[in-house]
Amino acid sequence: MFLWFHKWGSPPHFYRIAGKWIPWLTGIFLLLLLAGLYGGLVLAPPDYQQGDSYRIIFIHVPAAWMSLLIYIIMAFCGIIIIVWRMKLAEVVLISSASIGASFTFLALATGSIWGKPMWGTWWVWDARLTSELILLFLYLGVIGLYNAIDDKRIAAKAVAILAIVGVVNIPIIHYSVEWWSSLHQGPTITKFDKPSIHWSMLIPLLLMALAFQVYYVLTLFQSCRGELLKRERNSKWVAELSEGNDV
Amino acid sequence: MKAYSLTQAYLYLLQRDLTLCFRNRAEFANPLLFFILVITLFPLAIGAEPVLLSRIAPGIIWVAALLAAMLSLDSIFRSDFDDGSLEQLLLSAHPMPVLVLAKVTAHWLVTGLPLLFLSPLLALMLGMPSEALGTLLLTILIGTPILSLIGSIGVALTVGLAKGGIILSLLILPLYVPVLIFASSAIEGAAGGLDVSAQLYMLLSFFFLALSLSPLATASALKMSMS
Repeated sequence: MFLWFHKWGSPPHFYRIAGKWIPWLTGIFLLLLLAGLYGGLVLAPPDYQQGDSYRIIFIHVPAAWMSLLIYIIMAFCGIIIIVWRMKLAEVVLISSASIGASFTFLALATGSIWGKPMWGTWWVWDARLTSELILLFLYLGVIGLYNAIDDKRIAAKAVAILAIVGVVNIPIIHYSVEWWSSLHQGPTITKFDKPSIHWSMLIPLLLMALAFQVYYVLTLFQSCRGELLKRERNSKWVAELSEGNDV
Repeated sequence: MKAYSLTQAYLYLLQRDLTLCFRNRAEFANPLLFFILVITLFPLAIGAEPVLLSRIAPGIIWVAALLAAMLSLDSIFRSDFDDGSLEQLLLSAHPMPVLVLAKVTAHWLVTGLPLLFLSPLLALMLGMPSEALGTLLLTILIGTPILSLIGSIGVALTVGLAKGGIILSLLILPLYVPVLIFASSAIEGAAGGLDVSAQLYMLLSFFFLALSLSPLATASALKMSMS
């Protein structure tokens, strides 16, 4: 177990393994994406109230889930950084931040595109929209702080503290914003015993969620590889890589 | 050398910071003037209708309080960082979170507490109903220490940076959102004659959460900034 942990933590090993996984992940992602999109856009029936425009949830909901999940992953990396000072966790944290910010932005953008025909306006100051917007600011804060500090190892530690502080605050912010006002339709997936969403919509939705997760891991691996090369450019294994030309 | 107890160390540091503030009065009057100025700008910008102003007064006062707190935050650690006394504090035998708490207390006494005296005056100028004044004072009393406590984390993270001020607002303002929501909704509720104990209890719980956790985060962020 510890050996496995140690192996994954070593940059050259991670670099190699991640490189091997990327084609497989791309394949799985494409399969899931096609299946999810086909199920969502073709097979699923139109909603009796919202017609076809509800179909944007197949992008919107998974993106919103990912935006939360990635922040939690970042906070975990933050704990690992502070306790064990693992270099790989630093790379994962900072690579996740920009991916998470993109998912958050995607959720916001698709939400407002959906809001135009449904609510008649691009933006309402509703609870979940607002807390998603604040989440975007938290992500931008992480990215901004990391870029502001020149020494990247210190920057990673600063960002780790910020991510942990943020994750303590996310539920507080979320519930206070919820309390403040709510116009958004209630959650339809969390009620697992009797979901208020039909299975013909649920299955494509879950497929899309899986596709997004695989996509996250895929982009994470790619940007981690890049970040590792940049950070370790003076180390021996990178020099060997570039000599052997098998990048 | 005489050994000081933890309480003594806390009190000495508090005394030192307060003395320093007293010697630099102009610097510490700035956030308070800023608070008054921002509030003055609102009637000028949106018109002096009494109904409208009294409706948005709680929000204006609290947004101005957040901005004033933001403006003054940098002074918690900046000068100590520049002259090296922060390093000495880190080297001291006393636990850093307690020393951090002393500095935060001093910051609140200088920037948060005066708002307690200024805000009723401004609230009356904005036409806030007098029933809400008591609640306004309570929210300022409970809320501003939270601003100083959470803010200290952000300052500790950015104190080593040359241009920390810009990024500080991005780090800190999202974390201030719950305080803003509950404080202004408490005042609004009180103005409407509602029972606002729920909001005040929420604010109090935020205060205790921030009081117990944020000095730890600030201390570790300071250690990071000094490394």
